[in-house]
Amino acid sequence: MPVKFEVNGKSVEVEVEPRLTLADCLRHYLRLTGTHVGCEHGVCGACTVLIDGAAVRSCLTLAVQAEGAKVTTVEGLSLEEGLTPLQASFRKHHALQCGFCTPGMITTAHALLSEEPDCDADRVREVLSGNICRCTGYISIVEAVLDARSSYKKTMP
Amino acid sequence: MTRALRNTFIGASIERREDLRFLRGRGTYVDDLQVLGLLYAVILRSSVAHGRVRSIDVSGALKIEGVHAVITAKDMTSKDYPSGVPIVPMRLQPLPEFLPYEQPVIAYEKVRYVGEPIAVVLAASVAIGEDALEQIAVEIEELPAVATWQEASKNQSVLFDVTGTNRSLTFEARKGDADAAFKDAPYTRRERMRTGRHYGLTMEPRGVMAEWDAANNKLTVSGASKVPFVNRRILAKQIGLSETDIELIENDVGGGYGARGEFYPEDFLIPFAAKHVNRPVKWIEDRRENLMAMNHARETEADLEIACHRDGTIIALRGEMYTDMGAYMRTNGAVGARNAPQFLTGPYRVPHHKVDSHLWMTNKTPVGTYRGPGRFEGSFYMERLLDMVAADLGIDRIELRRRNLIGKAEHPYKLATAQPTNAHDQTDSGDYEETLDRCLKEFNYADVSKLGGKLIDGKYHGIGVACFIEGGAAGPKESARLEVNDDGTITVYLGTSSVGQGVETIYAQIAADALEVPMERIRHVYHGSTGLVSDGYGAYHSRSVVMGGSAVLDATQKFLGLLREAAGKRLGCAESNVTLDVDKVIGGGVSLPLKEFAGLTAEGAFLNHKHTYSYGTHATHITVDARLGHIQILDYVVVQDVGRAINPLTVRGQVIGSLVQGLGGAVLEDLKYDAQGQFLTGSLADYLLPTASDFPNLRCFVTDDHPSPINPLGAKGAGEGGIVAAGGCMANAVANALQTFHVEPRALPLSPAYIWELLQAGRK
Repeated sequence: MPVKFEVNGKSVEVEVEPRLTLADCLRHYLRLTGTHVGCEHGVCGACTVLIDGAAVRSCLTLAVQAEGAKVTTVEGLSLEEGLTPLQASFRKHHALQCGFCTPGMITTAHALLSEEPDCDADRVREVLSGNICRCTGYISIVEAVLDARSSYKKTMP
Repeated sequence: MTRALRNTFIGASIERREDLRFLRGRGTYVDDLQVLGLLYAVILRSSVAHGRVRSIDVSGALKIEGVHAVITAKDMTSKDYPSGVPIVPMRLQPLPEFLPYEQPVIAYEKVRYVGEPIAVVLAASVAIGEDALEQIAVEIEELPAVATWQEASKNQSVLFDVTGTNRSLTFEARKGDADAAFKDAPYTRRERMRTGRHYGLTMEPRGVMAEWDAANNKLTVSGASKVPFVNRRILAKQIGLSETDIELIENDVGGGYGARGEFYPEDFLIPFAAKHVNRPVKWIEDRRENLMAMNHARETEADLEIACHRDGTIIALRGEMYTDMGAYMRTNGAVGARNAPQFLTGPYRVPHHKVDSHLWMTNKTPVGTYRGPGRFEGSFYMERLLDMVAADLGIDRIELRRRNLIGKAEHPYKLATAQPTNAHDQTDSGDYEETLDRCLKEFNYADVSKLGGKLIDGKYHGIGVACFIEGGAAGPKESARLEVNDDGTITVYLGTSSVGQGVETIYAQIAADALEVPMERIRHVYHGSTGLVSDGYGAYHSRSVVMGGSAVLDATQKFLGLLREAAGKRLGCAESNVTLDVDKVIGGGVSLPLKEFAGLTAEGAFLNHKHTYSYGTHATHITVDARLGHIQILDYVVVQDVGRAINPLTVRGQVIGSLVQGLGGAVLEDLKYDAQGQFLTGSLADYLLPTASDFPNLRCFVTDDHPSPINPLGAKGAGEGGIVAAGGCMANAVANALQTFHVEPRALPLSPAYIWELLQAGRK
């Protein structure tokens, strides 16, 4: 069946089977491979994307559920050149090693900081506890997110 | 030392090059690859733990639209193997005794674990392939399952009829004369302990994409990591091609931890399928498969006895260990069971040592290495014993450790030798007591330790301490190559691989330092694919920095030699007068741009048969809620000396990252089976991993005060120290917290249920 939605600011229309997940649609139909699939049962968070600004597991969302929505992936949260302040903070704090969970961390952290630029370490940990990282031990990720807060405050109206 | 490095980049916390692509979603992992005409492989796996395969009927699957082919053992007719089905050979400790236990790439007579491959469906999509799995009719005559090592040791139900026993081998770790030493020992204590079943779960599930070019007789396989050159050799033999006809390509790799990148059955099945149907084929593991197909690790039991003088000086250790090996001896399956008895003594001076380690085959997923193989288990046993000894003898547990730590003048200190592989080992350098002292200072042990055993606000406080060594730098060799690019920059090619640890940055640091050029002049660092250097060994045993880094260093020297020779001729000056200055080659008062030498290349190597030993101490302050059995970490400090930290930022990443994996093994992780060998932990909701909210208070301090004498960098492998001592440290803290109940944890993980059980027993 056809589904029409917006991805990273561009309108897309895809013919999909009803059972196709949004993750597979993004990765294999739209070739946005920055979104990673780590467990396909909603535990690891690697596939997190933003749907109308909210962090959502794209492995537990069907592509057809995105009808009419605004979907943002890690590619949509990136610049043509260089790093965003959030990404630069991840790099500075060595908040990634193998990089596989990283897109989910970036999307989740972006959603959090956009809503709550004053969040504290406990809140960051609470929100990120839905994203599994097997390399870093999380300490550096939490530091990176906290350190990026200032850049989100500035963009607040 | 070959040469005093102009130290600009080595030792600096340089931000990683890799991050620029990973952070923007531009990494290329194997599932990101797409080619025309691709078929997707889906694997039918055994749902029976132990049985004889009577029939496999794939006709139903072939009727489904979109199913291209179904491959079973019948399609494999290799003349090099008696059954026609290739066998996955052992990479490490390939003893003749293990041959009968090696794994066929697909089940053909028997199935021996839940998850063993039976058939491969090739379809137009993964979804169609999964639909087709349900239409394959497999008849299996069930046999009694062997789900524990104890059951295996009865030899009533035997996995391999040809040997008639479930014990594949016994390793013997020996030093001195332990039995004689025990005879006169004034104090002994014997304990039985065990560790849980874990695995090196990578966030990226495994994947293979294979392309067969029949016209050119060329097989290209993407998805390699860890040991591409060895895997190419294995595949070449299995599939009947020469190594030059096969290229293994390493893409970005989503974690390794010892488990990923070994040769698994799928590493044959997918290339075979591509060749069989003459179409590109991709297989990406799902998480449920990953839990039951990737190497398991760690599940051991130990019956150990320690002998000491009254002042706590260790005299001897002896005993038995039993490893639950799972169903087959995989490529590196023997490493844990060999390391555990051999390295049990850790950083401590133990003159007499006799431990037998029995390898029992069971109807479970086969084991392989997982970060700190055998060392995590051994450290848990040893550190628990030391705390019990300290209590028995009335000696402070820090003082007991201090008395027994190998002294800095005692290196190289000989460790036990493991037979039948005749594995000798010895420490290299270091001041073990120094890291203990530093850790106690950072931890504020003098004050914090007073809280041990106290009940405050409903929680018992406990302090644990554990010291460790971490082996690294496995030989025999590593290769590196430098080449001048057409723009005058330099590319470095390596025989090692990346599993996410940041080697592209680290090798660039080393090369730039040695050539005395800015890091940007090292344009690219390529690694892990078989086409880049003549030979390569890969990423394991914390070897990348020492082995790969030293090979880079050697390649830079060879490179400068060739450059001087070539430039001397063109500049008309003596070779010794030629110098490289960023992008110019200068000599005899004139200069040429480096790009004039585009294509100039030099290969270097580092050969080594010794191991590095980084070392350090863990200390933790926890609370235990006696009503719930729940543990909370208030503070955890690791101090580790790594000989020479090339990039302190990434070393700290290794220490904290491996520590959290260790805490997962200490507190959360356990792969469970029922008595019928049915796998009970098939999702991440069942196999619990640490999350961001579990262990917030961790600190690490990396020192590099004592360089390793066995390599020109002075570096030591440092990827595993965080994990090694975590189990022992946490268990000691629980014992310390619950001392009024005389609780002594003898098993991992320290789950709420286990702690509650210990408390109930202690209250009686």
